[in-house]
Amino acid sequence: MSALNPANPVNPVNLVTAGTVMAERAARPPWFARPQVARVLWPVLVALVLLGAWQGLVTVFEVPVFLVPSPVRVAQVLVADWGLLSGALLNTLKITLLAFACATIAGTLIAFAFVQSRVVETALFPYAVLLQVTPIVAIAPLIIIWVKEPTVSLVLCATIVALFPIISNTTLGLRSVNPGLASYFRLQRATRAQTLLRLRIPSALPYFFGGMRISSGLALIGAVVAEFVAGTGGTGTGLAYQILQAGYQLNIPRMFAALLLITLTGVLLFALMAGLSKWALGGWHDSEVGHE
Amino acid sequence: MTEAARPAVELLSVDKTYPNRTHALAPVNLTVREGEFVTLLGPSGCGKSTLLKMVAGLLAPSAGRIALWGEPVAGTLGAERAGDQAAGSARGLSFVFQEATLMPWARVQANVRLPLDLAGVPRTEADARVQEALKTVGLQKFADSLPRELSGGMQMRVSIARSLVTRPALLLMDEPFGALDEITRNRLDSDLLDLWRANGLTVIFVTHSIYEAVYLSTRVVMMAARPGRVVDQVMIDEPYPRDATFRVSTGFSGYARRLQESLLHASGLNPDTALA
Repeated sequence: MSALNPANPVNPVNLVTAGTVMAERAARPPWFARPQVARVLWPVLVALVLLGAWQGLVTVFEVPVFLVPSPVRVAQVLVADWGLLSGALLNTLKITLLAFACATIAGTLIAFAFVQSRVVETALFPYAVLLQVTPIVAIAPLIIIWVKEPTVSLVLCATIVALFPIISNTTLGLRSVNPGLASYFRLQRATRAQTLLRLRIPSALPYFFGGMRISSGLALIGAVVAEFVAGTGGTGTGLAYQILQAGYQLNIPRMFAALLLITLTGVLLFALMAGLSKWALGGWHDSEVGHE
Repeated sequence: MTEAARPAVELLSVDKTYPNRTHALAPVNLTVREGEFVTLLGPSGCGKSTLLKMVAGLLAPSAGRIALWGEPVAGTLGAERAGDQAAGSARGLSFVFQEATLMPWARVQANVRLPLDLAGVPRTEADARVQEALKTVGLQKFADSLPRELSGGMQMRVSIARSLVTRPALLLMDEPFGALDEITRNRLDSDLLDLWRANGLTVIFVTHSIYEAVYLSTRVVMMAARPGRVVDQVMIDEPYPRDATFRVSTGFSGYARRLQESLLHASGLNPDTALA
């Protein structure tokens, strides 16, 4: 910084210009280093590297297509079989969304019941846990036998898988009320309904959205597992059924294409839930407020 | 302050023992008259917060009688027939906590409107009173802010606006400015005195700061711990308004020294050796 010394015969105009450019560079990082770009750019780069390596290895070692198809081959099949696969995708999506909606509604209602009475919670919580730890593959065949309508049976299976995070998170949230605010509501003689509506529910929202985020993914997994079980029995139209059928026919590229669609659906659901949570809590909750 | 002013708060042999057998408060007798600014001062554990919460009806005394304007507070002897009439926002009482205790999801005006919403005050009237209360604490420009966007001092102002919006006759404040820096605290103390004088409030204020107690109060009640009890009372016989020059006056330091000695006594220390 000795150049700033007025005794030093340097053109001051150039100095100022250089200083401004430096300041701008420090304030605004290059486009690829910006957080919102980096969040997309880096995962995409990783995907490109992996896909490139996959394609390269399959080509170099001449791996037969019925063992591991190349990414290009999978993409070709995805386009060629789009009519079949998109129909299956819509079916799986329908089951997933219905199950997710049922789990959200039922889970929230159960959580409200738990919070209203300790007796109800003590009596029923072990069974909620039981529902969670019982493998769905083990009970899905029973449900599919008992419930004739295939859509209903599939939705029921997926709902059972997706239910628990909503129950446990919403219960926790409804109980996580700032004690000072609870005292204040008591002091103002708030009714039970007022306290629920104005204090408990808003306090529970961050937990509720956390539960939704986990549950959305589980609803998809539940739907796919249930479709597998139902598909083994000969009924089914979803993506899992397509994977099963493609497996029987050794149509490995189509298996990969269906798998890709399931994965993309899961990622999309998660992103949707994250966006919803940000929209609802963005203003006030620590988890969603940007860190400057 | 004339002796003729009628009692706003009366405590008669009020005793508090917690279920874990902590004797928080030995029988205490205390009368606060209408228009007084009484500060409860003492070391931690002396039961000053407990006492305040019992006056508010947030805690029930183990024994004794508490009355507001002659009417027993719920949970105390003689209040059974009052049914579920808790605390007494009906009697015009507001409580300010040590924390601002605002709803983080609600904007400033919704936070201030909360007690009116809970009481079912019509929206237009409530909004007008919220505007008035926000103006009183100098926050009318921040009506649409979220609590997290405000500094600690401003959040406390919102909390005070929320306590004023119900137009209380009695203000109970539990170390409200304890977590703030000294400059902010002095500013809020001075604003509080203006509010108290302008609205004819009765205030019971809990603090552990001697200087805050002297600056604010008409009377300081000194309490001691184990068990909590009243050990000394000092009238601060200085005129209002009290401005910044009062803080550096000889009268102020005289009271401060007197209370310092009393506080050391209350803490079980010998003032002659402790102050040396």
